[in-house]
Amino acid sequence: MAVRHLLGLADMPAAAINEFLENALPMKQIISRDIKKVPTLRGKTVITLFYEPSTRTRMSFELAAKYLSADTVNVSASASSTSKGESLADTARTVAALGADLVVLRHPCAGAPHLLARLVEVPVVNAGDGMHEHPTQALLDLFTLRERRPDLEGLKLVIIGDILHSRVARSNIWCLPRFGVDVHVAAPPTLVPAGLAALGVTVHDRPEDALPGAGAVMVLRLQRERQQEGLIPDVREYARLYALNSERLALARPDAYVMHPGPMNRGIEIAPDVADGACALITDQVTNGVAVRMAVLYLLMLGRGE
Amino acid sequence: MRRGKDEEMGHPGFREKATILDRDGIRRALTRIAHEIIEKNQGVQEVALIGIRRRGVPLALRLAEKIERIEGAQVPVGSLDITLYRDDLTRLGPQPQLSRTEVPFPVTDRTVILVDDVLYTGRTVRAALDAIMDLGRPRAIQLAALIDRGHRELPIRADYVGKNVPTSSREIISVQLEDTDGQEQVVILETG
Repeated sequence: MAVRHLLGLADMPAAAINEFLENALPMKQIISRDIKKVPTLRGKTVITLFYEPSTRTRMSFELAAKYLSADTVNVSASASSTSKGESLADTARTVAALGADLVVLRHPCAGAPHLLARLVEVPVVNAGDGMHEHPTQALLDLFTLRERRPDLEGLKLVIIGDILHSRVARSNIWCLPRFGVDVHVAAPPTLVPAGLAALGVTVHDRPEDALPGAGAVMVLRLQRERQQEGLIPDVREYARLYALNSERLALARPDAYVMHPGPMNRGIEIAPDVADGACALITDQVTNGVAVRMAVLYLLMLGRGE
Repeated sequence: MRRGKDEEMGHPGFREKATILDRDGIRRALTRIAHEIIEKNQGVQEVALIGIRRRGVPLALRLAEKIERIEGAQVPVGSLDITLYRDDLTRLGPQPQLSRTEVPFPVTDRTVILVDDVLYTGRTVRAALDAIMDLGRPRAIQLAALIDRGHRELPIRADYVGKNVPTSSREIISVQLEDTDGQEQVVILETG
């Protein structure tokens, strides 16, 4: 595989995506054992650079590295020199000088991981850049769906929520149709980016129009920190019109899977009984996230001596 | 230097020098090993076979079949992917594809018999020992190999050997089994 960095799924060949997922299967076996550790990345160092708050993604990468026996160092924006004015380029030089073997970057600016990848010699993994991509999340979503249904051809998946600000939605929209998934979105028109339909996605204004026949529903977090621009009138109104509750879920197929990238605002975008329901794959997503990230680290950090 | 497990892949530039075992030879060697396993362990209670992927797996299954025919007792069989435990990962070219480890029984307190096709440097077995230890604490681990070709780089020896074959390190031992290769023989290849 010629993939050196994991920056996004938009231009990732399907074969490379498959390779990540196939290698995640044995990784998942490891994290279900009593001894959740293999010596594969012994002596290697993974640096996680988080310029945005995140608990679960950072934890997930950190555990993935530790289960493979790599050492991890976390740098978060508040603790780092960024608050003292250091540029990303200088941080990159520091990271290289520290001897990192791989860098995981989350950054509020789209394209920051691409810039970093040009500045450092080691592989870079995008852990979310602005409103652009969150490739490991889309990989774990695909892995989770395939675990339930190996052939996704013809599966109707509805993404409900703030598509405009969602890098999770974007990565999934790049990725899922290539595996035969019929992707629909349901969102207030102000929260749908222009030109979305050109990516082969069907856009609906209301969840009631999108859900009939759906085999999977992906609910996005209402990012309240990004709702300062008046794109929705009010959180309560959003909850009333767009929350996935049991009545709306009943419109989808009876066995429809419910997914959420987390963290959830229970009672806003998803009703608690739906989040904890029998069809919810939300905890699977968390476990699979570690397995998929282990596969990403394994494939990017080893065997690059062509 | 790539060897050990990698000998399973194609061998351009090599030509066949001699056949070491034919179909009957493989069958007889496995039958003898099955008897030896039963004799050494005084039966097969608490014995389990674990094949090292890929060709150790069909060999382990055949041994289990033979043991059942001789002793009338079933022996659990597992398969082990040792890729994550290799000591030469960073020196290999493209990343080796991982496959699943399937050991559907607890190894703790069992006598585990590791099965592989060729015993060479011993590095694969070292990796397999570590992999098994991470699954539990076996009472004992024994090693069965269809071919022992020498050139050990670690202090490891087999408890059961199908055939000892003195080789030069420029040669390749190619084990071909019906299940993985469509034919049944062990040949020695050399650079031609």
